Amino acid sequence: MKKIFLSILIAIIYSQVAMAQIGEPFIHDPSTIVECDGKYYTFGTRGGGLISEDGWSWHDGAVRPGGGCAPDAMKIDDRYLIVWNRDGDRGESDKDGVIYTMWNKTLDPNSPLFEYTPEAPVAYTNHFEETDEDSFAIDAGLLLDPTTGRLWVSHGTYFGTIRISEIDPKTGLRVEGNVSVDVAIDCEAPALMYHNGWYYLLGTHGTCCDGVNSTYNIIVGRSRNVTGPYYDNLGRDMMRGGGKMVINAGHRKTGAGHFGRFIVADGVEKASFHWEADMDMGGQSTLAIHPIVWKNDWPVIEDQFVPGTYDIQSERRGYALELAVDFVRMERARTSRAFGTEGSQAEPLQKIKEQTLEDVIGGWPTGNIDVRCGEYMFRPHQKWTVVPVDGPGYLGGPYYKIVIEGTNRALAAAPNKQVIAVPEFTGAPEQLWRIDMLTDGTYRIMPKAAPGCDEEVCLISVADSTPGLGKFDFNSDNSKWNFKQR
Amino acid sequence: MKSKNRIMMFALCLLALSTSLASAQNFPVGSKHFYNALDESKPDNDGFIRTWLLLDPIHKPLNNPSFNDSFLRKEFATEYFPGQYDLPKAGDVVKLDKKTKLKWHALESKNFNVRVFRFAKEQDMAGYNVVFFGYTIIDCTMDLVNVRLATGSNSASMWWIDGEEVLLMSGDRRMVMDDCASPLMTLSKGQHILRVCVINGPGLSDFCARFIDEDFNPIKNFTIKTK
Repeated sequence: MKKIFLSILIAIIYSQVAMAQIGEPFIHDPSTIVECDGKYYTFGTRGGGLISEDGWSWHDGAVRPGGGCAPDAMKIDDRYLIVWNRDGDRGESDKDGVIYTMWNKTLDPNSPLFEYTPEAPVAYTNHFEETDEDSFAIDAGLLLDPTTGRLWVSHGTYFGTIRISEIDPKTGLRVEGNVSVDVAIDCEAPALMYHNGWYYLLGTHGTCCDGVNSTYNIIVGRSRNVTGPYYDNLGRDMMRGGGKMVINAGHRKTGAGHFGRFIVADGVEKASFHWEADMDMGGQSTLAIHPIVWKNDWPVIEDQFVPGTYDIQSERRGYALELAVDFVRMERARTSRAFGTEGSQAEPLQKIKEQTLEDVIGGWPTGNIDVRCGEYMFRPHQKWTVVPVDGPGYLGGPYYKIVIEGTNRALAAAPNKQVIAVPEFTGAPEQLWRIDMLTDGTYRIMPKAAPGCDEEVCLISVADSTPGLGKFDFNSDNSKWNFKQR
Repeated sequence: MKSKNRIMMFALCLLALSTSLASAQNFPVGSKHFYNALDESKPDNDGFIRTWLLLDPIHKPLNNPSFNDSFLRKEFATEYFPGQYDLPKAGDVVKLDKKTKLKWHALESKNFNVRVFRFAKEQDMAGYNVVFFGYTIIDCTMDLVNVRLATGSNSASMWWIDGEEVLLMSGDRRMVMDDCASPLMTLSKGQHILRVCVINGPGLSDFCARFIDEDFNPIKNFTIKTK
């Protein structure tokens, strides 16, 4: 009984905790996350940046010379291109911004190959020049157009227009003769991305650099052409301030800004950005990694997975993941008003108590129990408590244990691509689950390891009522699950 | 060689200063953002009101304030000069204090928005920590029923029609077209005075305004006057 109480208490505590990157994820204006030799890197303002072995625990250590602010990074072929600015913001009229690029063969500062090329200016604004009076070349963001192979850099801030310039992806230098195009006003930290025939311009709106009072939020407009015009969901041109919000404050964190996109796999995308202030981390500016969901070809940055007790529902049929144990009938009402049973009108209505774990657990086997799917009836064998586990994670999240509510009986990957429920969670890799929200809002559930299986597998529907393990396929509902609280 | 350079630099500085003073005196001649306003004009194709009487910026040390509703109501109720609530004429000069005189300008914005930061900077005036005052006259030849004033401003602003407050846009805002809209109203046949105050901390400052109907279409069948 004590164990049940403790499990419920832990679940309640975790369900109210908004997840954040662990370690020392302190950064402002993080560049798009880049993977290099199995590690993740992001660079920030004033130089330096963060490194992570797993994408969940982040630490200081990335090296970016050049100072300045708001960098971006991208792997092109076998090299890494860094873009950033060194600005001369000296007051109301004096805003000279210069965007620079440099290359490196690796981002690992301990590698013998680690050496940046000399910085090269690729875009600038100079208020003394008539044409540049209304722009300020800072906050660079890169897009390698997947349809053309052309490389674009967006740049700018509140002081004037956001612009797009073209860079040669082979040299990292400005394309000769290229003229910057104005695409937006009243935002900063622009970023570009491509999805399903659309180009998206993301900007950060609101107030920067005011800690818990920062109203920073990320907005988006889209266009069929990379050089715009970019319109929001109401058809407002971003040159007139248009923009649809993608994320703002919540869960004790304020000031979402400086968007980056990381595509993990087909249908699995992550947004990186910073919180201006994480109230659970001393109000510091921290790195955030959240899932991207696409709704009607508009990006939405969703919340991270919230631990709690759920019905784990297959997208295939809608059946619920459950222990393969006896279905224990509940006592039903003796009379029925609906069927006009004699005398039923006279009896007062009573609330019926739900079936509890104590009602049924005595009939369950004590060893491993098979897992299957069935109609959800909110019975104890169908309620799964999902709790983060301390230790290594993956890009944007910790591993979770998935146990029957009130118990330590854990979902586990089993040999022959099967899933079972083991009587006690031990922390073994096959009992640790990676949970990624997919770009359609459903979830991929993957074991950290599957016994006897070398390939990466996830929880799938083998049949309507039969779960198993198999290769993830975003185009199949067999690979998708939902977490429902009902 | 060094003294020659110094003389050249001095001459260049003088030239820059005289050009700057000349441009301030002749404003908006040579302005990138404004024309002299005609006595009468129409809204642009999207309904934006580009013609305004603008007062030179009132400099106001703000010390990183929160532009909340109470702060703004107090600021915008401050009487900076006598006759502040009277419709000005282009060329009128108001006296803020013994040293400071500000001028009213009748201007037409070259853009859909009125870039008041540039209005200040093109006259070599402060653009940060300032308050901008604007007036325009809406002349309706018929009743305009069930319309809204739709505005955007950087930063906070307050809007009045015929002396009645219709919008308060609080917070450290950026200018977005149709960011806020007034309650539905009827602009009766005749003239109406539209007044705006914009307050700016650091950064650019601008505003935009148009009337829209219940279906979000711009209203364009009125005349804009500056006197």
